[in-house]
Amino acid sequence: MKNCLVVDDSKVIRKVARHILESLDLSVSEAVDGQDALTQCEAAAPDVVLLDWNMPIMSGMEFLQALSSAKMTARPKIIFCTTENGISHIKAAVDAGADEYVMKPFDRETLESKLSIVGII
Amino acid sequence: MTVGASDSQQGAARILSALLEARTGQTLSEGRAWRMETALRPVLRDHGLDDIDALTARLLRKGDSGLEQAVVEALLNNESSFFRDLQLFDMLQSRILPHLHESRSNRVLRIWSAGCSTGQEAYSLAIQLRNAWSRWNGWQIEILATDISGRAIEQAQSGIYSQMDVQRGLSIGDLIKWFEPHGDDWRASPELRRMIRFRQDNLFDAREPTGEYDLLLCRNVLLYFTPERRKAVLTLLGRHSHAGSILLLGAGETVIGQGDDFIAHGDFRGGYARQAAVTAQHVAGMRRAG
Repeated sequence: MKNCLVVDDSKVIRKVARHILESLDLSVSEAVDGQDALTQCEAAAPDVVLLDWNMPIMSGMEFLQALSSAKMTARPKIIFCTTENGISHIKAAVDAGADEYVMKPFDRETLESKLSIVGII
Repeated sequence: MTVGASDSQQGAARILSALLEARTGQTLSEGRAWRMETALRPVLRDHGLDDIDALTARLLRKGDSGLEQAVVEALLNNESSFFRDLQLFDMLQSRILPHLHESRSNRVLRIWSAGCSTGQEAYSLAIQLRNAWSRWNGWQIEILATDISGRAIEQAQSGIYSQMDVQRGLSIGDLIKWFEPHGDDWRASPELRRMIRFRQDNLFDAREPTGEYDLLLCRNVLLYFTPERRKAVLTLLGRHSHAGSILLLGAGETVIGQGDDFIAHGDFRGGYARQAAVTAQHVAGMRRAG
């Protein structure tokens, strides 16, 4: 079973994402900010990271930069998850290494589509 | 209708179902029938009507073609998404389009998206062709996209899609490459829009397209028709196919038991080819006509 790490400081978003991802037969772990996510990725890399943009301690963009220099056996796919849909935000996320981009609020169909595009399901 | 619906509500539902079938050939499955009230709510509001009984009463009392059209548009299912059924689009990109490129020596590619809804299927095809433009540059490419819903065709022609629309199936790379911000929405680039000719059309009336198509997509359309109508649609698609054409249907649809115009394609799983006998009859007919 593939693993998805949900990184978001909102408990509600993590809960909604977990519900959807588990219904898609993925195992789910959670992180509350970028630093927490980085620690978990270095311990055991997930297959995919659903990554919030704005978080305390370490933002999504800072996490991506740190991830690029982290020692890991395999790099997870990154789906950026944010309320910003400006093209400059999207390009910045892609330039920083995001594989996909999804707007909040998301639904099952949207997440399923993005996970399919990055080859997770 | 919902369980426990009154006789008059059931009668109204039957009248509206009959109107839809008469105008489009589509039947209302149980799954769509129970959503009838929700689907018609905007029509009721726009025309100041209290409920479906009042709507049917007005339809029966006076021939209001505008109201009839609004009801039909509301009952049609225009659900669609970009690259819907990703496996199929993977096969198109990796095998079917390269095959057509090899086999069409006249460097003309004609594609018909029949029942295109709001246009995402046609734009997905245009994106695949544009992403392999070094292969197709110099070809004469025609994508015809037709749908019975005027409202759906209007949106398709505009090329404007909401954030929710674009993130269902469209990769971030294709979004950035082929769409432009349009307020809070996104608009397909002029290059994509120029590739597609959208037209409102009923698969049963006389305004059918001309000539033969190399690739025909009629996905998630047949399921709304009666068996007789399905056969008629496949016969129509057969008339616009040649021996090398490929027909693609929706995941739950088949040509089996729907006449003898098409058979399963030998090379492409889920694709269909014209029956050799039908092709021979078609060629003979064209020779006689010529």
